[in-house]
Amino acid sequence: MSAKNPYANVVSLSEEDFSAARVLFRHDKLIANYAWDSGIAIGYFLAGLKAGQILGSYCAKCRKTVVPPRIVCEWCFRPMQRFVKLSDSGTVNTFSICYVTWDVRRISEPEIPAVIEIDGASEGNGILHKLGEIDPQEVHIGMRVQAVWKPPEERCGSITDILYFRKV
Amino acid sequence: MKYRKVAVVGAGMTQFVRRAKETPPELAFKAVRAALDSCDLTFADIDAVCLGTAPDSFDGIHMNGEYLSNGAAAFRKPYMRSYVGGGTGVFVPIQGWYHVASGLFDTVLVVAEEKMSSYYPHAQAAFLTIFDHTIERPLKPNLLWIFALEMNRYMTTYGISKADVARVSVLHKRNAADHPCALLGDPHITVEDVLQSETLAWPVQRLDVSPVSDGAVAIILAAEHVARRITDKPVWIEGVGWCLDTAYWTNRDLAYPRYVEVAAKMAYEMAGIKEPRKEIHIAEPYDPFDYKALHHLEGLQLAERGRAIELYLNGDAERTGNLPICPSGGLLGVGNPIAAAGLMKVAELFWQLRGEAGQRQVPGNPQRGIAQAWGDLMQVGTVIILGR
Ligand SMILES: [Zn+2]
Repeated sequence: MSAKNPYANVVSLSEEDFSAARVLFRHDKLIANYAWDSGIAIGYFLAGLKAGQILGSYCAKCRKTVVPPRIVCEWCFRPMQRFVKLSDSGTVNTFSICYVTWDVRRISEPEIPAVIEIDGASEGNGILHKLGEIDPQEVHIGMRVQAVWKPPEERCGSITDILYFRKV
Repeated sequence: MKYRKVAVVGAGMTQFVRRAKETPPELAFKAVRAALDSCDLTFADIDAVCLGTAPDSFDGIHMNGEYLSNGAAAFRKPYMRSYVGGGTGVFVPIQGWYHVASGLFDTVLVVAEEKMSSYYPHAQAAFLTIFDHTIERPLKPNLLWIFALEMNRYMTTYGISKADVARVSVLHKRNAADHPCALLGDPHITVEDVLQSETLAWPVQRLDVSPVSDGAVAIILAAEHVARRITDKPVWIEGVGWCLDTAYWTNRDLAYPRYVEVAAKMAYEMAGIKEPRKEIHIAEPYDPFDYKALHHLEGLQLAERGRAIELYLNGDAERTGNLPICPSGGLLGVGNPIAAAGLMKVAELFWQLRGEAGQRQVPGNPQRGIAQAWGDLMQVGTVIILGR
């Protein structure tokens, strides 16, 4: 150890310091509202979802079909040649069985998020979604799945127009 | 060499705690003061300051760089804040390195600070905003998802068991028991403890994860002619590298961090390292989750793909082993105040290479070490090599 101690102490607080108001603090909520434009490529993607289709985009230089679609191919930095209709089925690339929500509340009925490689896209091209209608213990990597859609009249051009993917 | 030589000449850090009373600038001040004192420099000796801290959403303060500036000794100095997610803690010393290597400044202070506890009740919810707002956030993802998804893909691809991965957490948390700043050091933790901890997002369990924390770290960099006046034990920055993979994380190979490989190869080439497994004596791979240490060791070319676990199973990873890994205790043991945690690894190499790591000292006079961090939406790799 060097002559001088390079480690500085700090004052460590516990949850009770807050709940019992043993320290002074200020609590506030930040309200931030946004309206995000879908943009060109995701605009097509969302319109596709509303019509019950999953769209990707194709790079003629790389001969790669990617999903979600984009207007520029990051591999060659050329414009994508066209948007292409993919299948609404795919393969589970990976999954999790999750017992906490996004804001860390515990849930007893787990969610099953997964990366799903979409049929018709180049190998390894997946999207994030969830699996449903299955016992979590039965899910495995490589499992074949199919999108379960909201009824057409309820679709609004959102990723949640697909309710989840189920085993085929 | 086309760059000026740059040395680390001082380092200091605060304790990592779950919730510090100090404000972010107060935490930064404590680390900076310890770093300056460690090499008998003062505020006036610093030419420029590089600061790293994570998204403004943790603090609820926009322009967090400015907010931290006075505590970071940046008053009326050239000052720059960088942020590449979890990779920040190793990126900010790289930024400091090119400030000095370029010839622009002789003495540069590098500070990394994080206070995650202000976001109430849990910093986790602030991570929602790193996901794509249109095609991912409506699914209400939490940060654990991407780690769990990657961990499952990694374990399944190579047939690695949960019990084996738990060895990483056990070693790092045991190592951290010797670190005076550690939040979660535990000399007695076992594989069973990890396997019996709460399942959060299978395969991720409570003890597979590093805790959110508050803390700050600072190091001081100097050009060669200045470094030799400050210390007779300069530790040289021999190589740096960084790389960003595609932002479409669901299109990447989740079993192998290609971006870490690219960053590591850049750093090895700069350092003239041909055989990393022989020439690197200490590794501090980024370990916010236990499997990540394995993933990163493979990206760093310190193990074959799918085989980093062998370093833990055969004892090489221990402080007395052939390739000590995270002798500091890592993020799993010392804690994970994001940017500060990465810079803690660089500070650890500095202390280890000078023989000043106390209870944590790796025996045998190690000559060279590597530190790495990772972040953004799972696609940035930042690498630094220190030697003496
Ligand atoms: Zn292309």
